[in-house]
Amino acid sequence: MTAHEPSLLGNNLPDPQEKRFDLNLSGRYRLDKIFAIATLIATISGVVVLLLLLFDILSDGLQFLNWNFLSSYPSRSPERAGILSPLVGTVWLLVLTALITFPLGVGAGIFLEEFSSPDSWYAKLVEININNLAAVPSIIYGLLGLQVFVRILVGITGGRSVLAGALTLSLLVLPIVIVSTREALRAVSSSLRQGGLALGATRWQVVREHVFPLALPGILTGMILALSRAIGETAPLITLGALTFIAFLPPLSPAGLQSSFTALPIQIYNWVSRPQVDFHNLAASGIIVLMVVLLLMNTTAILLRNRFQKTRI
Amino acid sequence: MLFQFRSKRLAYLAGSLALTLVVSACAGGNQGTNGGAESPAAGGTEGGNLSGSIAVDGSSTVFPVSEAMAEEFMAANSGVQVTVGSSGTGGGFEKFCRGETQVSNASRPIEQDEAQACQDAGIEFVELPIAQDALTIVVNPQNDWAECLTVEELSTMWAPDAQGTISRWNQVNPEFPDQPLTLYGPGTDSGTFDYFTDEINGEEGASRGDYTASEDDNVIVQGVSNDPNALGYFGFAYYEENQDALKAVQIDGGEGCVAPSAETVLDSTYTPLSRPLFIYISQNAIEERPEVQAFAEFYLSQDNASLVEEVGYIPLSDELYQAALARVQNDVTGSVFGAGATDYSLADFAEQGAGGGASPSPQ
Repeated sequence: MTAHEPSLLGNNLPDPQEKRFDLNLSGRYRLDKIFAIATLIATISGVVVLLLLLFDILSDGLQFLNWNFLSSYPSRSPERAGILSPLVGTVWLLVLTALITFPLGVGAGIFLEEFSSPDSWYAKLVEININNLAAVPSIIYGLLGLQVFVRILVGITGGRSVLAGALTLSLLVLPIVIVSTREALRAVSSSLRQGGLALGATRWQVVREHVFPLALPGILTGMILALSRAIGETAPLITLGALTFIAFLPPLSPAGLQSSFTALPIQIYNWVSRPQVDFHNLAASGIIVLMVVLLLMNTTAILLRNRFQKTRI
Repeated sequence: MLFQFRSKRLAYLAGSLALTLVVSACAGGNQGTNGGAESPAAGGTEGGNLSGSIAVDGSSTVFPVSEAMAEEFMAANSGVQVTVGSSGTGGGFEKFCRGETQVSNASRPIEQDEAQACQDAGIEFVELPIAQDALTIVVNPQNDWAECLTVEELSTMWAPDAQGTISRWNQVNPEFPDQPLTLYGPGTDSGTFDYFTDEINGEEGASRGDYTASEDDNVIVQGVSNDPNALGYFGFAYYEENQDALKAVQIDGGEGCVAPSAETVLDSTYTPLSRPLFIYISQNAIEERPEVQAFAEFYLSQDNASLVEEVGYIPLSDELYQAALARVQNDVTGSVFGAGATDYSLADFAEQGAGGGASPSPQ
């Protein structure tokens, strides 16, 4: 066997096969190129649509975008109308939603992936439920939130409050956080866990010292996706009874949790459906603000992620 | 080893439980501070001596009026916080009859079951007309045949029977050209749809389904302005803002062709498509809370009728404003529109409004 040269092996192959192999080579390269171009087109078409939308929004909305717009309350006259209360409402919602979903979602993900046996009946039950919940339309969460957080838990949430809104949005995005946490944990090599356990570390130590820090970037990506979804939701908030016109801000204290609120998508929707063209332009300005908030939020999460990655190395 | 592992696991569970408890305890604690946070506002009024908060919710059609009123009312009474929601006429009444709001916007009179729900909850209401709107039938400016349409012709176009059969203009009126008929209208959730079907087809909600429906009236504006054969309907403000792209059709309700305008709505000649808009105010709130009474009076003041115009609606006549104001001051509760009423004329208000005691029960 060792005496055989590769060339000899090649010579032993039947001729037709070798020919076919040579012919296919250029064909396969061509296929490769076609596929690369197809994926490029797929990428570009998404970007082009996004750019068109951005151009449309920016050309309509930039003229109204100034400090006055950011610091005034909504008004009946487009010249005086601003976006302060919806902007503050959205920031409240996002911060609260992040504070609620991170411990609950990541905690649930870690439990399901690291601590529970995948064969246990409750793990299976929870898994089926989470996968189902991820596909439930958002308005259903609005109805649930209305009944549970607004009506039953009125003593805690204070009715149609920013806290009730944040809890509802948290329910809405929890499945995303849990699923992405589990994916991130699964991506950590199991040899790391086995190594840790073999050295006498407890599960808690293995998770805390090794698995969780490695999975954190992936978990944060999941959080970004979840909060990006939460920021654009209108239907559950309207069902819940979020208001449209508010000319005061929730106080920056625990009492603020119970104050009524409005959010950017609601205000944008309201302006778009007005008859006056000026309000349509205001809606475009509102969309720019919403995008900036989203970008800022994502940038923060990405910076955090990069910091964690660096400290690991 | 096993035991140790178990205890760690338990510790983890206990930790997360504790966290949940802390979160809910924090939230529960706020309840106490809430009352305290509001009380300083009572003393800290700058303009006017009123304080408190007023919750308004309901029809998105009436929303711009309430928004304008709330804005100006708060400018005059900085101690009062007025919030306005837009969850629809039906959604507004649901909250109103649960006592969650003090004022409910409505683009149609309260319905029997809604009035019953209010009565069951012990909430009496004062029904107030606050503005009028002209449902406007629009066609493309290139359409030179449909200058005036009778109610019968509109009914031919929009009746449930028309579905699949009436698809050309000459089927509506033989004098019209043989062109395809494209229809645009609001979706079935809209109060505009309810009112139009009630007046034109004789039954609320009875309409053909094969038309382009949109919850956003601007879509109807776009559709009709781009299609020479189109016809659509919506509130007057949307026509007013797009007069160069649309043509309003005159309506013949039996007494000749009348074009929609502020004048024809005010003198009640634009029938049957001029509709009143309402607010419903909780009578308890008016009696017990001076800020709610002040808001109601502010809303009905003739000085503020210009706000109604500014947002695209037609103010009431002076007599109607006075009659409505008298209803507030005399605590006239109940709806003037009895069971199954289809005539939403405001004439009853002028007669019954000032009458004081003459309040039909919401039965």
